[in-house]
Amino acid sequence: MELVMAIAIGILFTIGVYLILSKILLRVVLGTSLLTHGVHLLLLTMAGLKRGAAPVLGNEETYVDPLPQALILTSIVISFGVTAFYFVLAYRSYQALGTDEIDSIKEAKE
Amino acid sequence: MNNLLVLPILIPLCTAVILILFKEQIRLQRGISVVSGILTILSTALLVTRVHADGILTLQMGGWVPPYGIVFVGDMFALLMVMMASIVSFAILLYSFSSIGEQRERYYYYTFFHFLLVGVYGSFLTGDIFNLFVFFEVMLISSYALISLGGTKLQLRETAKYLLINIVSSTLFVAAVAYLYAAVGTLNMAHLSQRIAEAGQGGILNVIAVLFLIVFSLKAGLFLFYWLPGSYGAPPSAIRALFGALLTKVGLYAIIRTFTLMFVNDTSLTHSLIAWMAAATMILGSIGAVAYKDITRILNYNVIISVGFVAFGLAAGTGDSLNGVIFYLLHDMLAKGLLFILGGLIISAAGTDRLSGMGGMIKKYPLLGWMFFILALALVGIPPLSGFAGKLLIIRGALDAGMLTLSLIGLGSSFMVLYSLIKMFRLAFWGNEPERELPAVNLKRASAVAAALLVLVIAMGIGADALYAYVAQAGEVLASPAEYIQAILKE
Repeated sequence: MELVMAIAIGILFTIGVYLILSKILLRVVLGTSLLTHGVHLLLLTMAGLKRGAAPVLGNEETYVDPLPQALILTSIVISFGVTAFYFVLAYRSYQALGTDEIDSIKEAKE
Repeated sequence: MNNLLVLPILIPLCTAVILILFKEQIRLQRGISVVSGILTILSTALLVTRVHADGILTLQMGGWVPPYGIVFVGDMFALLMVMMASIVSFAILLYSFSSIGEQRERYYYYTFFHFLLVGVYGSFLTGDIFNLFVFFEVMLISSYALISLGGTKLQLRETAKYLLINIVSSTLFVAAVAYLYAAVGTLNMAHLSQRIAEAGQGGILNVIAVLFLIVFSLKAGLFLFYWLPGSYGAPPSAIRALFGALLTKVGLYAIIRTFTLMFVNDTSLTHSLIAWMAAATMILGSIGAVAYKDITRILNYNVIISVGFVAFGLAAGTGDSLNGVIFYLLHDMLAKGLLFILGGLIISAAGTDRLSGMGGMIKKYPLLGWMFFILALALVGIPPLSGFAGKLLIIRGALDAGMLTLSLIGLGSSFMVLYSLIKMFRLAFWGNEPERELPAVNLKRASAVAAALLVLVIAMGIGADALYAYVAQAGEVLASPAEYIQAILKE
């Protein structure tokens, strides 16, 4: 299972980086989004993939570590907010600058 | 009593939420902001005296005993940083009344301002590495909003870059936390320190240490600062002052905390890496400060130079230089806040930020000119002013550690600071007035704020002895992590 996860994380990171390096602002936003998803999977995998009961006191033998889930949840919320902001910013730049290509945004003057 | 530790976070948080309700009543917003600023300063002053008397305060959120729950730690270092940040941000708040403009005030400027402060104070006070990430994000998201507030083309362009850099570095931060959790199985910083010492740092832990160094360096502008001059130049001067004074310091604080508490067992790799990054930062920052001819860029490169200098003090790692680092950080927050306020005043008085279009302002604004001159001396470290004690301690500590080359680079960077600021002073205040019509601006209120900060700069220099008692207490904790661990885990 760890191997599958590692490959999935690798693919997400690759696509994320590829999209970030492209020239359209919209693709960059999607790239950052994929990158954060990759890192969430990484967090889940690094904390150890285990089968077990929910971490509530009971009769079960093994429990799953609840901490990584809590961390990922927090991180997802944050990345959701940031992505939303980035989309608004990209749209606003498109309105104000009349383009969503990084090169022409760079040239835009006051 | 320990519960008071949450006040510096709670007060700005509540203020920010309340301010959302009063979108149109700008006077009311200002009033509430002032009250909240004063309350924060008072509560941190109270906390500082408490810690001075009784030692480190800890607050366990929800009653969960460390290392299980999130813990807030008020040691002297963190609280001194919070206190100076609250004083400087209060001054910047007063400055923004007369400079930020009604349009931005109406679009929740003060709300974002206070949310930013929540993130800054929280980063200083937290004792949990993932919680540090969360407070970093609180701070960064507010800074995204502040940097783009107003929506000029320049701001939109720079925000897009700034946002991308910070998302990537935050992603790396989470990745670093994931590796760290896999390697040692805890997130509480005191517990981490203990576990890393047990495991013996090396191999994977060194890789994680360097990953953290990269993440925090991106936020602090240590070596990886290529985004900083452009992004910090985009927003209006009050926001610039806030960023220049506080944001890089939070990154530096995280570096100092991580590399004095957690990754201290194999200093040959990490600390020499920090030393070389510091050297590169100081040299490249100096080149930038000397090369440019517009005020914003010169000031931004000055921020970078001081980041390098603090990191250099950390790399030296002796007791003296760590005290110096704390002293210098406190001085630098105050002085950089003031520097950006004065820079903003000069720009609004001259109507341009290009030095070539200025001149002869000393006749019209003598007070502004001399304040700038004194501040330049303080930043360089001329004795009775605030920069001296920190620089002296850092250099002395570094020489004790045998870092001669780096000390020379540090001293050289001070001369470059002097050169760049005096060049600014000479071109803006001496010479002939430009032909064109100068804008008529009233700088009285803003100048009063700047004068008050300048008095603090001078007082901090003269009262360095009195402050040293507090700084030494803070430095003690940095030099020996055992005390910090003891206070939190209470074994």
